[in-house]
Amino acid sequence: MPEILASVLDGLLIGLVYGLAAIGLTLIFGVMDVVNLAHGAVIALGMFAVYLLFGAGLHPYLGLFVVALIGLAFGVVVYLVAVRPIINAPPLMTLLSTFSVSMIIIGVGTAVWSTSPYNVNFPVTTLRILGYTVTSARLVAALAAVLVTGFLYYFLYRTTLGKAVRAVANNREAAELMGIPSQQILAISFGIGTALAMLSGALIATLFPFTILSGGIYELKSFVASVLGGLGNPTGALFGGVILGLIEGSVAPFIKISWTNVIEFVIFVLILLFFPTGLFGGRR
Amino acid sequence: MKRLWVLLALMGALAFAQGNTITIGLTVSKTGKYNVESVNQLHGIELWQKWVNDQGGIPIGGKRYKVALKYYDDESKAERVQQLYSRLISQDKVDFLISPYSSGLTAKAAIISEQYGKIMVATGAASDSIFKLGYEHVYQIYTPASRYLTGTLDMLRAADAKLKKIAIVYEDSKFAKAVATAAKAYAQKKGFDVVLFEGYPKSTTDFGPIINKIKAAGAEALVGGGHYADGATFARQLYEQKVPLKMIALLVAPASDEFAQLGDAALGVVAPSQWEPLVKYQQTCGPSPAQFTKMYQDAYGKLPAYRAAGGFAAGLVLQRALMDAGTTDPAKVKAALDAMDVTIFFGHIKFSTDPASHGLQLGHEMVQIQWQKKGGQLAKQIVWPLGAKTADLVYPIR
Repeated sequence: MPEILASVLDGLLIGLVYGLAAIGLTLIFGVMDVVNLAHGAVIALGMFAVYLLFGAGLHPYLGLFVVALIGLAFGVVVYLVAVRPIINAPPLMTLLSTFSVSMIIIGVGTAVWSTSPYNVNFPVTTLRILGYTVTSARLVAALAAVLVTGFLYYFLYRTTLGKAVRAVANNREAAELMGIPSQQILAISFGIGTALAMLSGALIATLFPFTILSGGIYELKSFVASVLGGLGNPTGALFGGVILGLIEGSVAPFIKISWTNVIEFVIFVLILLFFPTGLFGGRR
Repeated sequence: MKRLWVLLALMGALAFAQGNTITIGLTVSKTGKYNVESVNQLHGIELWQKWVNDQGGIPIGGKRYKVALKYYDDESKAERVQQLYSRLISQDKVDFLISPYSSGLTAKAAIISEQYGKIMVATGAASDSIFKLGYEHVYQIYTPASRYLTGTLDMLRAADAKLKKIAIVYEDSKFAKAVATAAKAYAQKKGFDVVLFEGYPKSTTDFGPIINKIKAAGAEALVGGGHYADGATFARQLYEQKVPLKMIALLVAPASDEFAQLGDAALGVVAPSQWEPLVKYQQTCGPSPAQFTKMYQDAYGKLPAYRAAGGFAAGLVLQRALMDAGTTDPAKVKAALDAMDVTIFFGHIKFSTDPASHGLQLGHEMVQIQWQKKGGQLAKQIVWPLGAKTADLVYPIR
């Protein structure tokens, strides 16, 4: 029994990080209807960003702030170069365009870092709480995911810029008529989505070794979490991530680990069939 | 008219040059997940090519043949391997083949080499199953998966006669699954109780659920793993979670020098290795282990990993077969490979000629390495077999 509980708690903690990654994906979709296929590659970039900053002497947790800023800037650049020119084209165009960005990032990343694993080797404390062993890194990663989500909510609901983002998400033309510069808002939104993906990558890098190809699996999990929570709904995505983590944690003790992914994707299909707008409703 | 003569002369020279060249075809995973291991293997093959060409080529029947390599990037993808090996044989007209890296890709390449009846020396591929399909032209350099962990279990039994409960946790890949299945049977024969026998998906990064299972099963020792990325991740999380295991033996990852990046998490971890620079084999042909190591260091500025040694060995075995055959006639080269029984810097090489397992490696043995602290620095030591050891096994590790 303690092992099952430990497994569920592990799942909850990692699920919050999946959730953060999913928010990045769902935010971009919610605001501009773009399914960002570069999401996984950007997560991997976040991993390498925190690794390089750590190499330069910055503690990984302080590095998170820098990673967020880099992510914001990088996202805006990607938007201006690869998304903006085709923002009104059919969805397939933005899919292909962001997929190309992904291929470029992975191609350059493989050339620079190869597909060797890298590791942010900083001291991690192991805590034992009532027989449950957990590393400080896992707790901090989960906490950081919650804090970032809280901050995002404050931004979206309490600041003028955030309200503008929501207005553009709701109805771009109406927002423009109200004098909101939609192109700038879209660029900022893409930047925020990218920053969130990079942040989640940075947090994952504090937990596990990674390669330039590591983002792929988190991109898939982000899709499942986003759909679970309702595409375009950031809180839903966080809960989607938590549900995903809990599923992983709670089924693991009873079945072969190899089956976990199968179960996740069966749920993905079932949700699409029976709750097309997700468990928590779609775009907000 | 003059131009035509020049062209004809050039073509003649080219034909003559080709006549004294043996072209060996292969694919390399320059991109994709096997990029590190595969490029490493290629370095070994290229070093062999340089070594042999510097000596004027391979002496075959009174003539010297230079070695040319023809390779493409297979992107670590099985479908690319099949296309490219077909191309190497039918368009590029290579004379012999060397396999890609990994059992999965080699299995695909073997289908093509067999279809065209081309000899392929398989290195970087330890799976037994490729050699149980009745193929007649594929020859294995590595110790096969079925014998990968037997030395590890022998060593564990020698270190602790009382230990019962072991967990076997492996990556769901062709190679690791074959190793784990063979290890399970051998462990039971040795009197171990296999309390957990489970695979994990190739893309696994979070080993939390598996570690919880290992704890719940009360395992005292762990053997398993798969390739580099998962093995390194697994080792780190076992350390962070302070799992009370007396021995941790993982495939592939700890045998790489990069494993030292894990710091204290690497300490005590054991790995079976196909080859280590410290080995002391008395070779009957080719360079000695020390000479090979020096050549490699001079060329690439670092110690060779076993994959590079396996690459060089593949070339050397082909070279030896050509010299023994005294001709480039594939049938005679095949006969020479079937009859081969030599010790090279990589170890003993002898192939099965039994039709049920033709080409399977029978001679080569694994060495066991353990990461230990030497003068405050993490270093690999050979701890098994006892005759080859450079240090005693540290046991238990926790």
